Amino acid sequence: MKVALFVTCLVDQICPNVGVSTVKVLRRLGCEVVFDDRQTCCGQPAFNTGYRKEARKFAERFIEIFEDTDAEAIVSPSGSCTAMVKHFHELFPDDIAWRERAEKIAAKTYEFGGFIVNVLNVEDVGASSSGRITWHDACHGLRDLGLRDEPRKLLKNVKGIEFVEMQNADVCCGFGGTFSVKYPEISAGMVDNKIEAIERADVRAVASGDASCLMQIGGRLSRTESDVTTMHLAEILASQE
Amino acid sequence: MDHLTAETFDQNARDALRDPILHGALRNLADNFAERRRSAMASVDDWEGLRGKARCIKEETLLHLDKYLLEFVKNAEEAGVKFHWARDGKEACEVVLDLIMERGAEMVVKAKSMAGEEIHLNEVLESAGIEPVETDLGEWIIQLAGETPSHIVVPAIHKTKAQIAQLFVDKIGIEKSDDVDVLTKTARNILRKRFAEAKIGISGVNFAVAETGTMLILENEGNIRLTTGVPKTHIAIMGIEKIIPRFADLDVFLKLLPRSGTGQRLTAYQSLLTGVKKKAADEGPNEVHVVLLDNGRSRMLSHPVTRQSLACIRCGACLNACPVYQQVGGHAYGSVYPGPIGAVITPQLIGLSRTKQLPYASSLCGACREVCPVKIDIPELLLHLRAEITDGTAAGAVAETPVKRKFFESLAFRAYSQAWASPKSYKFGLRTARLMQKFVARKGKIGEVSGFVARLLPPLGAWTAWRDAPVVASRSFREQWKAGLDSDM
Repeated sequence: MKVALFVTCLVDQICPNVGVSTVKVLRRLGCEVVFDDRQTCCGQPAFNTGYRKEARKFAERFIEIFEDTDAEAIVSPSGSCTAMVKHFHELFPDDIAWRERAEKIAAKTYEFGGFIVNVLNVEDVGASSSGRITWHDACHGLRDLGLRDEPRKLLKNVKGIEFVEMQNADVCCGFGGTFSVKYPEISAGMVDNKIEAIERADVRAVASGDASCLMQIGGRLSRTESDVTTMHLAEILASQE
Repeated sequence: MDHLTAETFDQNARDALRDPILHGALRNLADNFAERRRSAMASVDDWEGLRGKARCIKEETLLHLDKYLLEFVKNAEEAGVKFHWARDGKEACEVVLDLIMERGAEMVVKAKSMAGEEIHLNEVLESAGIEPVETDLGEWIIQLAGETPSHIVVPAIHKTKAQIAQLFVDKIGIEKSDDVDVLTKTARNILRKRFAEAKIGISGVNFAVAETGTMLILENEGNIRLTTGVPKTHIAIMGIEKIIPRFADLDVFLKLLPRSGTGQRLTAYQSLLTGVKKKAADEGPNEVHVVLLDNGRSRMLSHPVTRQSLACIRCGACLNACPVYQQVGGHAYGSVYPGPIGAVITPQLIGLSRTKQLPYASSLCGACREVCPVKIDIPELLLHLRAEITDGTAAGAVAETPVKRKFFESLAFRAYSQAWASPKSYKFGLRTARLMQKFVARKGKIGEVSGFVARLLPPLGAWTAWRDAPVVASRSFREQWKAGLDSDM
């Protein structure tokens, strides 16, 4: 299957290894991956802060770029950015033509883990790693896209790792985009609850499907000098130790 | 006592975060209620189906509210109820005050009512020399303490048993006891006397059935039954959205509300009130007055996105599920309705210019939407209000000056939407960031920045006050793609 990668700006700039891992896994599963380097951001920061005009610009640009590919699916290593693509149509309440284009693009856009399980129908990607690993449900992947079992199935099939469920895995880590810097104290209180649960799970790494949550959790783990590391789902699935 | 306002949400929240007693109480709330709600939900066959049904009934009602309201009024009038229409809180208070004055009452007993809180009835009554006596235990405690409720179902949730015990010593003069039985018995003895004295009882309404003119009120303590049944006059204050079309619809809401609110299969009391007593030997009030309150609701009704705010049945499940509420509690919101639903309703009731922080007081995690028994998309509403704020258009019931836009923030978003619209300037930004971060990065991360840098880049300062920040990678994904990943099989 031909797949167009939407790598997201955060992965592109901050954790490119997540993008590289995504490509590796998709290729291992027989996909042909294409990447259009005109892409930048989905515009979610603008949309979520209330700047709809600015968000519309990003949406139009995204739609135009991804309409150019003949790939059957658009895949992104982010539940949050995928959910944003699904929200695009709301930005064109009075423009049927754009709304239809937005809906068409949204229909073929998938989050990485959901794509593997639900479209490729694969649960064992042939990965192997080690140690105890727990999962943090990123909110938009979980509640906007309904992906709860998919990442767990994938992780449980990774040879050599011990998957442990932590308490309140589905509670927000406190990132929330601009929320994390508008209300840093509340955001920090939320991530501290998350870290308490991670530490109690006694794991070597916490995995998630969104680089933004991992930046929040990882940033606080690093500040508190914890030994636990953060890993994106794609990085674990790419590893063959 | 000075109460907090929504305008200072950030400061209120910071103060709340430093309160260890509040934190303990909130943690109990979150754990207990979530668990109780889950097991109560499991006792219903098709929870999701029920939610869908409830939302459909609410949608139908709201789309034909004019019709159903008049049907309710007609049927209740036939049963002897008198109606009063109030455009806003002020009018509603005036109506209630007039009714009390006409009957020469100096004291009223009150059942817990969010509508009563919304119109600040107690303050109005007190300044007119009338003593409002709250009869719900939680509300009574709050009234003793001179505070406001911090939760729409459990108003005194922010208080510990020890604090309440001390309050009883200070205000009632009983011997100190932290035995819950002793405390509740004390309250009951005092309140029973007040019920017997009262000429007027004031309550809210949970559901008003158009078909029969019946009002339904749910409770656990029996105080509402006494408030609405013992005094000669019962005054009910209800928002115009409390209507449901048919008696049979109660089946759906009676399954959803107690389970969502307190994790009960059913509350201890359900009072179905239809009109006044017919014969002298009957129980119940001689006269019933219903105040129909708009107070911004018509405006909410006028837009398809905000309309869903009126589907709320005030169960409080979104508060219990909200990780932000769990951090800061109800008072930080500085408004009658706290938590996610409060962040949505309050700006629409009193205008955005005084509440513009509230729609941003959420990480948009969607836990509220997940638990809402009537499937209100609270994140969608929050985003709608945020867009109104940045557009400078005002939401809310009252005419007001547009919200002042944040100059630097809107500039930043305009710049970002311009620059990131072209791969060239995107790449330029990437290179600039790599260059700049050399001044602040150590060992591949950015620790706490302060002073000049934090003032120059407030978001970086806010982020790194609590968390290390990652650095921009030395080779971006797109650079790696170009350098061979594109063909690397």
